[in-house]
Amino acid sequence: MAALFKARKALGLCLSGCRSLTQLAELPETHQLLRQTCRDYADRELMPIAAKLDKEHVFPAKQIHELGAMGVMAMEVPEELGGAGMDYLAYSLAMEEISRGCASTGVVVSVNNSLYIGPILKFGTVEQKKQWITPFTTGEKVGCFALSEPGNGSDAGAASTLARQEGDQWVLNGTKAWITNSWDASATVVFATTDKKLKHKGISAFLVPMPHPGLSLGKKEDKLGIRASSTANIILEDCRIPLENMLGPRGAGFRIAMQTLDSGRIGIAAQALGIAQAALDCAADYAHKRTAFGAPIGKLQAIQFKLADMAVAVESARLLTWKAAILKDSNKPFIKEAAMAKLAASEAATFCSHQAIQVLGGMGYVTDMPAERHYRDARITEIYEGTSEIQRLVIAGQLLKEYQS
Amino acid sequence: MSGRVLVGVKRVIDYAVKIRVKPDNSGVVTDGVKHSMNPFCEIAVEEAVKLKEKKLIKEVVAVSCGPQQSQETIRTALAMGADRGIHVEVAGKDYETLGPLQVSKIMAALAKKEDAQLIILGKQAIDDDCNQTGQMTAALLDWPQGTFASEVSLDGDKVKVVREIDGGLETIKISTPAVLTADLRLNTPRYATLPNIMKAKKKKIANVKPADLGVDLTSRLEVLKVEEPPQRQAGVKVETVEDLVGKLKETGRI
Repeated sequence: MAALFKARKALGLCLSGCRSLTQLAELPETHQLLRQTCRDYADRELMPIAAKLDKEHVFPAKQIHELGAMGVMAMEVPEELGGAGMDYLAYSLAMEEISRGCASTGVVVSVNNSLYIGPILKFGTVEQKKQWITPFTTGEKVGCFALSEPGNGSDAGAASTLARQEGDQWVLNGTKAWITNSWDASATVVFATTDKKLKHKGISAFLVPMPHPGLSLGKKEDKLGIRASSTANIILEDCRIPLENMLGPRGAGFRIAMQTLDSGRIGIAAQALGIAQAALDCAADYAHKRTAFGAPIGKLQAIQFKLADMAVAVESARLLTWKAAILKDSNKPFIKEAAMAKLAASEAATFCSHQAIQVLGGMGYVTDMPAERHYRDARITEIYEGTSEIQRLVIAGQLLKEYQS
Repeated sequence: MSGRVLVGVKRVIDYAVKIRVKPDNSGVVTDGVKHSMNPFCEIAVEEAVKLKEKKLIKEVVAVSCGPQQSQETIRTALAMGADRGIHVEVAGKDYETLGPLQVSKIMAALAKKEDAQLIILGKQAIDDDCNQTGQMTAALLDWPQGTFASEVSLDGDKVKVVREIDGGLETIKISTPAVLTADLRLNTPRYATLPNIMKAKKKKIANVKPADLGVDLTSRLEVLKVEEPPQRQAGVKVETVEDLVGKLKETGRI
């Protein structure tokens, strides 16, 4: 797929074009081409099968392979490790277009890129990167991220999964909940407590291959939306891994998780944008075609106001997402903006899909039209990778810091 | 043999767009309308890139004739694997009257200049459906042509082409240099990979004017009027075969 090439120079050219937000009116040419390529792929390969994938809860293996071949499964990974060597703005654009085609495929791509590869790229050793990233760039293998537990989601510091050292091995015990990609993954980043007395500073991150003795999967959750992606518990019972499978320093797990989620938020914001845009597209198209009271319903103010509100919600969330991505690419602080983007985009997704059903009326309620699927897919974006409530806490926290005298 | 292949790529209104005729019936609305590479040109680019990957040819040069925006089309070809591009700048009135005759003169001039071994074009463009450029180019160069290709195999200086014709499939063998035009079933064009999109930014696109190639762009055709096809009328249901025959006779159909 990706032969050795000097993308850094090109990347530098992209970044220098991105650094100024006043230039956001026009995306750099590479990014426009990337966006168009992903859009074409989503229109031709994902949109036609999205309803079937959702109905049958089928993992889009073939499409993930194809996206891997295009470089979409490892967008931020440098070319030497097999990735596409692109920036987060490019990743956001790709995520939005893919999710516009199929939200489930979008979440598989996002988890692999941001939550699995993300922390290994940032905190892994050279050996760990080769072993745990390179095979996961082609779409043949996907990874997952195991932080949440049945006892704690937002309360991530209370990890009750334990890791004890026994000779030259770590032994993991506990249960992780709500793990996206679990049934289709070949590896996971797991967070477990190594020093209970240190509370959240006593959590460490580990790399565990899947399948692996001592690691088993719970039943696949029967979800409201994003049904083509698998979600299940990961159960660790005396799961033994070599010492070198620890990711980052001992006790750094919580920090690693939080930093990973800060970036992952931008990917999920982009996924929510894709769903919101798909809902808007559906509603606007219907407004042209459906006639009532002697004219297309797009002529009625009630419908026009809805469409306008939807468009404003999507566009403002999109600009927030791009801003967060650009800040991250410029190595500037982006935590507040990423949380704002995720909050705005996920609320835009639920708002737009809700209104889209309203515009479609009865047709919005049946599976003949995609509006009901967008409604179901959108709902999770306000929950995973940091609930909307957590996003508000993060934003307020960052904001108040700015005003501290 | 130079091992160089010229591929023509045309910027056309995207196939999924609903075409609207201008109110003055002088043409179709193009402003603000989504454009992309002609689908048959995509197939042509894919075939050329495949030949290069099989190491049967050495260089793929993407050529487009048109305004500034044609460069985007060339960039897409570069992202698919073409090595460099040539943008023949044609704008304004000249672009409005640009047709197969002018483009084939340009392609012929470029083929001589670039010492091309093969020219691969799409069999037709989805906007004008002319299906003439490939044939005219071959005639101007006095080169053999393999049109409506659904299978191409290169062997030294010979090309075996399986052509889709009305009666079925026809296989011909022609010598290079030659002109080929791609039909639908020749291949399935690839999606550009992200690394290739990045690489494409650094590949060169040369700027050329038709005058530099000694080509006269004057059109021999004048578009009188462009109008929508007639609205499809509602059908009529009849009860019996006799009624059907009667109605057909009535409306002068038989």
